[in-house]
Amino acid sequence: MRRSLLFIPSNNPGMLESSSLFGSDSVIFDLEDSVSVSEKDNSRNLLVSFLNSKEKLNLEVVVRINASDTPFYHFDLEAVVSDKIDTIMLPKASVETLHKLDKDLSKIEKEKKLANKIKVIPIIELASSLIEASKIAAMLRVNGLLLGAEDLSSDLEVVRTEEGLEILYARMVVVTAAKANKIDAIDTPFTNVFDNDKLKKDCKFVRGIGMNAKACIHPNQIEVVNEVFSPTEAEINWATKVLIAKEEAEKKNQGVFSLDGKMVDKPVILRAEKIILKAKKYKLL
Amino acid sequence: MRVGIAGTLESNDCIITVIESDKLIIEVKSVVYDFFGKHIENLIKNILEELKIKNIKVICEDKGALDYTIKARLITAIKRLEAKK
Repeated sequence: MRRSLLFIPSNNPGMLESSSLFGSDSVIFDLEDSVSVSEKDNSRNLLVSFLNSKEKLNLEVVVRINASDTPFYHFDLEAVVSDKIDTIMLPKASVETLHKLDKDLSKIEKEKKLANKIKVIPIIELASSLIEASKIAAMLRVNGLLLGAEDLSSDLEVVRTEEGLEILYARMVVVTAAKANKIDAIDTPFTNVFDNDKLKKDCKFVRGIGMNAKACIHPNQIEVVNEVFSPTEAEINWATKVLIAKEEAEKKNQGVFSLDGKMVDKPVILRAEKIILKAKKYKLL
Repeated sequence: MRVGIAGTLESNDCIITVIESDKLIIEVKSVVYDFFGKHIENLIKNILEELKIKNIKVICEDKGALDYTIKARLITAIKRLEAKK
């Protein structure tokens, strides 16, 4: 369960040092697009040295490695997989590359005797990944799908716009595939880091179609993203009332009951429970 | 003479230059030399000992890097030098 995931370039010591202080639910230490080809070794060594110098950070630690068809993939995996991280983010994901990643992770986990199984967030950023999205979402280790709209737009040969009509279908596919498998649907970053009003509008729109988190590319975006993807006060009040009414109904052996003139049945109760779970996790209750 | 370089001169970072040498030479230039110069020298010595490297010239231009950054930059610089063999 996440709302905000902040990308941190792994070759910047200052950003690494303050990465856990910005208030995001997860940090994504990036070894891919934010690092030039000539600095891949430098950023990988810095990230490992940073992680080894600390206790496990008190938030989800994700590492975006380089894609499996690059010469950096194996070096990245061998170096960063440890108990200091929770999740690997795989660019240009497909069913085939995720099978390979699962096999590679299992081998490293065994060799390093890791306490926990590493999770995976695949990036849906190819037209072919979009077609495979439901299979990808159902795969072992996968606990969230990230839509990568910039690369996807390039693959689709469309121009990215702030309105995002060109990625509407992709957003719907990612949401449906993720929700069908009870995992997070994570929206593509909003690239204009100077306009938080538009960011908020974008967040509200994607929350409305089912996304439950958004990747951030600047710490200034986190407050807005966390606000929009948290349950509102009205939602928490409603969910609390539903669950109190549910307890009363159970005492009377009622499966279905009404609240404020509206019928409450199992799907409504599940929704209320989810809202309360989120509210508790994000310390809103 | 083979050389390996890693790092930047941005705040919180350092540039480490390693040069083949027949003896151990460590030079530290730091914005906080008065407070941490000796500490940085000892850190570099310890990392070289861990790597079993006895003879090498290391130049560290420090802009307030923490220990893990100096360690990472030193290791990268050495690997880059070795890759030139």
